[in-house]
Amino acid sequence: MNGQSLKQAGRPARPAVAALREIDPTKVIYLALAATLVIGWVLVAVDGGDFLTVETIVGIQQRSAALGIVAVGQTLAILAGSLDLSVAYLISLCSLVAAETMAGRDGGIAAGVAAVLAVSALVGLVNGMVITRLRVHAFIATLGTALIIKGVVDHLYDGPAGSVPDSFQRLGYDRIGPVPVSALLWAAVAAAAWFLLRRTRLGHRIYAVGGDEEVARLSGVRTDRVVVLTHVLCSVCAGVAGLLLAARLGAGAPTVGTDGGYDLESIAAVVLGGTALAGGKGGVAGTVGGVLLLAVLDSVFNQLEVNSFFKDVVRGLVIVIAVAVYARRRKGRQI
Amino acid sequence: MTLLGMRGIGKRFLGVRVLSGVDLDTAAGEVHAVVGENGAGKSTLMKILAGVHVPDEGTIEIDGRPVAFGHPLEAQRAGVAIIYQEFNLLPDRSVAENVFLGREPARRGLVDRAAMEAETRRLLDELGETSFGPRDAVRRLSVAQQQVVEIVKALSVDARIIVMDEPTASLAEHEVELLYTLVRRLQRRGLAVLYISHRLREVFDLAQRVTVLKDGARVTTVPTAEVGPDELVRLMVGRELRDYFPPRAAPGEIGEVRLSVRGGGNGRLRGIDLDLRAGEITGLAGLQGSGRTELVKALFGAEPFAEGRMEPRRPRSVRDGVAAGIGLVTEDRKAEGLALRQSVRDNALLVARATAGRQARGDVRALLERVRLSPPDPEQEVRYLSGGNQQKVVLAKWMTVGPAVLLLDEPTRGVDVGAKAAIHDLMRQLARDGTAILMISSELPELIGMSDRVVVMRDGRIAGELPAGSSEEAIMRLAASGEAT
Repeated sequence: MNGQSLKQAGRPARPAVAALREIDPTKVIYLALAATLVIGWVLVAVDGGDFLTVETIVGIQQRSAALGIVAVGQTLAILAGSLDLSVAYLISLCSLVAAETMAGRDGGIAAGVAAVLAVSALVGLVNGMVITRLRVHAFIATLGTALIIKGVVDHLYDGPAGSVPDSFQRLGYDRIGPVPVSALLWAAVAAAAWFLLRRTRLGHRIYAVGGDEEVARLSGVRTDRVVVLTHVLCSVCAGVAGLLLAARLGAGAPTVGTDGGYDLESIAAVVLGGTALAGGKGGVAGTVGGVLLLAVLDSVFNQLEVNSFFKDVVRGLVIVIAVAVYARRRKGRQI
Repeated sequence: MTLLGMRGIGKRFLGVRVLSGVDLDTAAGEVHAVVGENGAGKSTLMKILAGVHVPDEGTIEIDGRPVAFGHPLEAQRAGVAIIYQEFNLLPDRSVAENVFLGREPARRGLVDRAAMEAETRRLLDELGETSFGPRDAVRRLSVAQQQVVEIVKALSVDARIIVMDEPTASLAEHEVELLYTLVRRLQRRGLAVLYISHRLREVFDLAQRVTVLKDGARVTTVPTAEVGPDELVRLMVGRELRDYFPPRAAPGEIGEVRLSVRGGGNGRLRGIDLDLRAGEITGLAGLQGSGRTELVKALFGAEPFAEGRMEPRRPRSVRDGVAAGIGLVTEDRKAEGLALRQSVRDNALLVARATAGRQARGDVRALLERVRLSPPDPEQEVRYLSGGNQQKVVLAKWMTVGPAVLLLDEPTRGVDVGAKAAIHDLMRQLARDGTAILMISSELPELIGMSDRVVVMRDGRIAGELPAGSSEEAIMRLAASGEAT
């Protein structure tokens, strides 16, 4: 900020280097996604396979849908300067609630969906209240919630339970052309979140609270309310993901959420998408890109039949490198 | 027509009186300057007006109606806006989003971006600001431009009283002129501007009246046309030197040069020439933002010089500085000087243990007795000590390595009288043992009482040097206007 003769020039003088660094993280992630697709296609082709078949594209979408929905919710929480570690256990719980309530009956679908939404909203409310009223850090508050849910679920279930009717399973498996219904659901959730952040007061305030809680407070934002609402939305997203997984499995399962690693994976996808872990900066578009990137990587490795340890190493590297690139970019801009 | 009237405002913090019986009034269309030394109570008074602090005594009237603010929002609704030195902006959001934060215009529940941006554009145009637009990210703006955003924010809530707290502290020379233009525009719109500044030139350039505060009380309010700079300085500092200080160094006690800088500079400092001698206490004076703290941090290696020569060597890191025998007692002992949850022993041995090749000396108790820690209990957690005792532990920390040069930034801030005298004695003793000492203090009587000479800074440069026993007026004049007497 020093020594720029900004006003005299009429327009802020932007050195060429700074302009280069001003690439939006969202663009970075989509460029990386495109690059991964191309490289993946080449690698698979060299290996003698065919990468961009309808089958793989459908597979990528289906793999990403559940994580994508959770990550959208996680994006909201992280943007508000919070985070949610309870989503994985909540997903398991919601899959069980859905399957038990529906109990295989077509007539039970509405009740099952309603029950899941209610349970997840309640969990989000508790998370939000503990964070804002009891002043417990989000990390600990949601970790505590996660353990409580785990305890309850482990006590009541030791394997898959309940069942969802065939008509509900179509949510997990049907597709319209090359687009699975589950991907459409994910797209709808992402679009709704994008709209919320961009066009509603709550959205603007989520950015404000995450950017600087004190600034937000002094500007008249009821910061506690924003954090609570954000957690409710985040948990409801996890609930929707639980419904989707129940539709896939045909039943509820006490480990479906943790097996998918949806807690840390969703945070990784959000950060990979360029949302600042400290909050206030980023958005849903980046998260969608982050989720897709992880799914494409998975798909490439699967086709190449690479061993899964190597896969994890690459995923870890990608996440760390991405965040380092964003940090560099930001530092460059401050000079 | 009086717009704002504050009567008999009093405030205590933790039993310490910071304001008593202060009156202040201002009229629509007036620029009213508020001046005083560091710690005179200017900021507290303004924070009371802005609803950040609640006064213990006194009343505030706006348009003749009494008001009482329990929260900054209430003051905002009553038409008071305050622009702090540290801006209240979200760097990653756009200008328009910042201006309307918490008050986003909405149509059918949806944020009306177009209206938000149009209104911001209109206010920017009104201020003659064309160098940036409503959609620009605040992060990309210069400090001066961010200040304009704050002013637009104030105008958008229909503020009628705007408080500016040291608005030029972080502006470049040419930006100050632009601020002048802005302030005059606000004045023409019929707003009252309360302008807090140390810089006398700005006071005379802009303000119609000036209120002088000293030690939490009002000295006077006068039209600027009826007072000269010299008289204003006298009103600000006029008080007697009544504290006791240990005797200064005798001529024979000042020895060789322990640290020397020629042409030192970095982002905040330029052309620094300075010698520190064994046995000498050099006072470092200057207004807030003049670069005093930056200078000691540069000497120490925490924010190193980028250019210039330094003897014995130019530290590029704190580790370099410590290895070169330089110690720094920072301004903020709680954040930078001490590990609050650790014991006195651990804190006192912090530097010794961190320094390679040096054995951590065992006799902490003797050291604590030397710095007169009371009681000299090495196992006590530092956070439970008084401010004065904490500062003694910070000093002990550096004494374990016997630094050749000790830099002290506001060493007695927030310390009671008894501990203050003990710290003064200790400083003199260290000097006598051969340490070269550089001390920053915003309290001029202390600076004058302790120093063998006073170096004055202004705008990141050394404005001049004054001999022992110079008057407060001479120091203030040099610090505020760069003119020597």
